[in-house]
Amino acid sequence: MIQAYGLRKQYGETVALDGVDLHVREGEIYGVLGQSGAGKSTLLRCVNLLERPTAGTVTVAGQDLTALSDAELNRARQRIGMIHQHFALLSSRTVAGNVAFPLEIMGMPRAERERRVAELLELVGLEGRGKDRPHQLSGGQKQRVGIARALAGNPSVLLSDEATSALDPATTQSILALLKRLNAELGLTILLITHEMNVVKSVCDSVAIMSRGRIEESGAIADLIKTPGSRLTREIFPLPEPAPAGSVTLTFTGDPTRPVVSEVVRKFDVDLNILGGSIEDLAGGSVGRLRITLEGADTGPALAYLRDSGLIVEEAAV
Amino acid sequence: MTWEEMLPLLWPATLETAQMVGWATLFTVLLGLPLGVALVVFDRDGLRPMPALKSALGFVVNVGRSLPFIVLMIAIIPFTRLVVGTTIGTAAFVVPLTVGAVPFFARLVETALREVGTDVVQAAQAMGASRTAIVRKVLLPEALPGLVAGLTVTVVALIGYSAMAGTLGGGGLGDLAVRYGYQRFETLLMIVTVVLLLVIVQLLQSLGDWVARRLSHK
Repeated sequence: MIQAYGLRKQYGETVALDGVDLHVREGEIYGVLGQSGAGKSTLLRCVNLLERPTAGTVTVAGQDLTALSDAELNRARQRIGMIHQHFALLSSRTVAGNVAFPLEIMGMPRAERERRVAELLELVGLEGRGKDRPHQLSGGQKQRVGIARALAGNPSVLLSDEATSALDPATTQSILALLKRLNAELGLTILLITHEMNVVKSVCDSVAIMSRGRIEESGAIADLIKTPGSRLTREIFPLPEPAPAGSVTLTFTGDPTRPVVSEVVRKFDVDLNILGGSIEDLAGGSVGRLRITLEGADTGPALAYLRDSGLIVEEAAV
Repeated sequence: MTWEEMLPLLWPATLETAQMVGWATLFTVLLGLPLGVALVVFDRDGLRPMPALKSALGFVVNVGRSLPFIVLMIAIIPFTRLVVGTTIGTAAFVVPLTVGAVPFFARLVETALREVGTDVVQAAQAMGASRTAIVRKVLLPEALPGLVAGLTVTVVALIGYSAMAGTLGGGGLGDLAVRYGYQRFETLLMIVTVVLLLVIVQLLQSLGDWVARRLSHK
């Protein structure tokens, strides 16, 4: 749905994007994770050409945006929704007026506009608040207005620029739940940038980890979790890194109720010591990670057994 | 001088001042608003960056702002004659008043428009709004309280300018103060004129503040 190739963005000497490729599939929620200054905001703004990349192409819904004229680009942008960290609502307009803004830009007649605005406010759970002013709303409600406004033109893609970063944890969860629901109900493709791992864990199907203008790792979360040594796995789980010498780190992606660890101790001549571990709920299901040390005669066969049971086994060098 | 003698002088003078300032305000808005918008839009990081044009406009505005009004008024007499056909009377002084106030108001418009957050402008761009739509539907409405405040300051400045215009044959309260207060030592009339101007300025400022507050939804 969104394809970017070889994106570079330079501001004078500063390189904000250093050759970034991005492939977002239709209907998925794709998260770009990184610290501030990593270039993720620039990347997002290159997708709807708020920033024109120094080099590279951006294709959204089959349309090469970098090749469009100004007027064509404006029409294409009407089909790409965007929500913002600080909501970016117009204080001169009511809630309904804000949601109506993109419809006015599209030239929709007033009667039809009013109907659509009511529909959108209901969709985001703000029915009856149309006459309020943005400053009368809470942060979460403001972001709901932002979402309603972004969806006005029936976009196929929604871009989210740190949309929950200014919200408290409970409100963040409710906004994420709303995004997830819109993704499921409308088939909306969502590209979001965030510095919060929590956001990626709760809603994303795929992720790209950015640092210093480059994507360090990207792909479906379910696949990355299964990749030994993946940076995502290391960042999701609160285990000390690097792993202590001689320790073994196990990642469980399958049935978490199977008691593999006690099976190993019973079947093989090993002693097992648990250093730490946790289970994290990801959008795709639960994943567990356990750090252990093994001692005894049969450590080799024990590890082989764990691998055969579908666990990912990473041995730290001694 | 008695009240009966003063009233027939004060009333027409007040009307003349109102006329001069009223027309000048109208033309100042018509010319100064687009000029202020241009200063923002053509700026280096504006909606349509044209730095050379912006510098040229900024230079013209600064020239207008740096001339003392009394000098400007005299300097543009040929232009006034060209536009109105005469250089005395209330109508003639609408020209220098406008010329003097346009750069002043344009700078205030520029400042008010710059107060509008870049985030809302970019949000509008992301929604596919054209530059014209952004100016009309985002910049101007969002800046409206600031624009009203700027207009109030401009009107008050115009009242000050109009008094100077009075000394060169523009009529109005300034003319009255010079002819009766200064040249004939009519202290009471002078005091009444001063009080009248004070009251007018106070009322206008309060009205402007009230409107700006009503329009602001922050």
